[in-house]
Amino acid sequence: MKIAVSSKGNTLDSEIDPRFGRAGFFLLVDPETMNFEVIENKQNLQLPQGAGIQAAQTVVERGAKMVLTGNCGPKAFKVLQAAGVKVAVGISGSIQEAMNKYNSGKIDFAEAPNVEGHWG
Amino acid sequence: MIISVASGKGGTGKTSVAVALAKSLEEPAQLLDCDVEAPNGHIFMKPQWEKKETVYLQIPKVDEKKCTYCRACSQLCQFKAILVLGETILTFPEMCHACGGCFLVCDPKALIPDKKELGEIEEGWSGTVHFVHGRLRVGEPMSPPLIREVKKRIKKDTLAILDAPPGTSCPVIQTVKGSDYTILVTEPTPFGLYDLKLAVAALGTLNIPCGVILNRADVGDHQVQTYLQSEGIPLLMEIPFERRIAEGYAQGKSLVEIRPELKEPFQKLFVEIKGQIKKKPYE
Repeated sequence: MKIAVSSKGNTLDSEIDPRFGRAGFFLLVDPETMNFEVIENKQNLQLPQGAGIQAAQTVVERGAKMVLTGNCGPKAFKVLQAAGVKVAVGISGSIQEAMNKYNSGKIDFAEAPNVEGHWG
Repeated sequence: MIISVASGKGGTGKTSVAVALAKSLEEPAQLLDCDVEAPNGHIFMKPQWEKKETVYLQIPKVDEKKCTYCRACSQLCQFKAILVLGETILTFPEMCHACGGCFLVCDPKALIPDKKELGEIEEGWSGTVHFVHGRLRVGEPMSPPLIREVKKRIKKDTLAILDAPPGTSCPVIQTVKGSDYTILVTEPTPFGLYDLKLAVAALGTLNIPCGVILNRADVGDHQVQTYLQSEGIPLLMEIPFERRIAEGYAQGKSLVEIRPELKEPFQKLFVEIKGQIKKKPYE
């Protein structure tokens, strides 16, 4: 099982990127082994719109079953929900800390997006 | 012939100039207010309305029975308005620009045309001026498709004056695209100059010739004039900063109602613009 975490950098010590669609990176972490893959999100940073949708599609296609992030808007949430991916929002600190929290069962998953969509 | 009136900076007097030009000409003209987010040309023009239409965008709806999840639509869409994930297909109507591409690439014909309300278009007459404006539906984030619909009301053989929204992004480009000439209205301030430069650069990429009208010409500094000289951009007209004009404006009166003697300079301006268009070598 893999968890996608939005990240500002490409290591487990990196800080969680509060933005989902326009996160710098996604770390695709296996919570049991803590092995991870890095997904660069460069292309998305430059999209004029639809970054959340694209990011959600990327993590779904790379096999993530859960997402840990700061904020998730309605369109990304719709995609993740349709793919059966659980989303936890309001997560901060390092990737390692977030994964520790997950492994000790302290993560609540969201029922709805926590921020509005935005334009322009 | 199409003349658009744009500015970069907001509140410089685009609508005042567009209305004054339309009201000064002796030939019939059209005035199309393309500022569909905040149309206000009608306040000066006071048209007799004769038509009101609701306009829609054609967006895709999925017939899940026919969809083979081939992804052709999803790969084509530049706006992420349609997405295939495994055996799920999602649409995001608010992202759709209604280009129609998805319908063309859908082999199993699983996409059915659906419609989304964009806004309203009203048409009417003010003397010999045919007036058209669009009004974007509240909650609709995209104005260019409605501007496109407003521009479909342009009659080929008449002079069309387009009143553009402020700024230099998509709504402005959608408005000025295809114009024979653009009048840029600015004011002689650092703010006016900064935004004027952006507007000139945008028009340069579109290859549209332009000239400048300086409004409230006797306030501020002389940087705009210096810039125009150095760039070889024609200064078409200066409108003075006058209490009388401001008072009339505050009562919803157009520039040429307040100062009828300005009609003649606007007529000359039109002749000059026609001359400049002829001189311009087209590819």
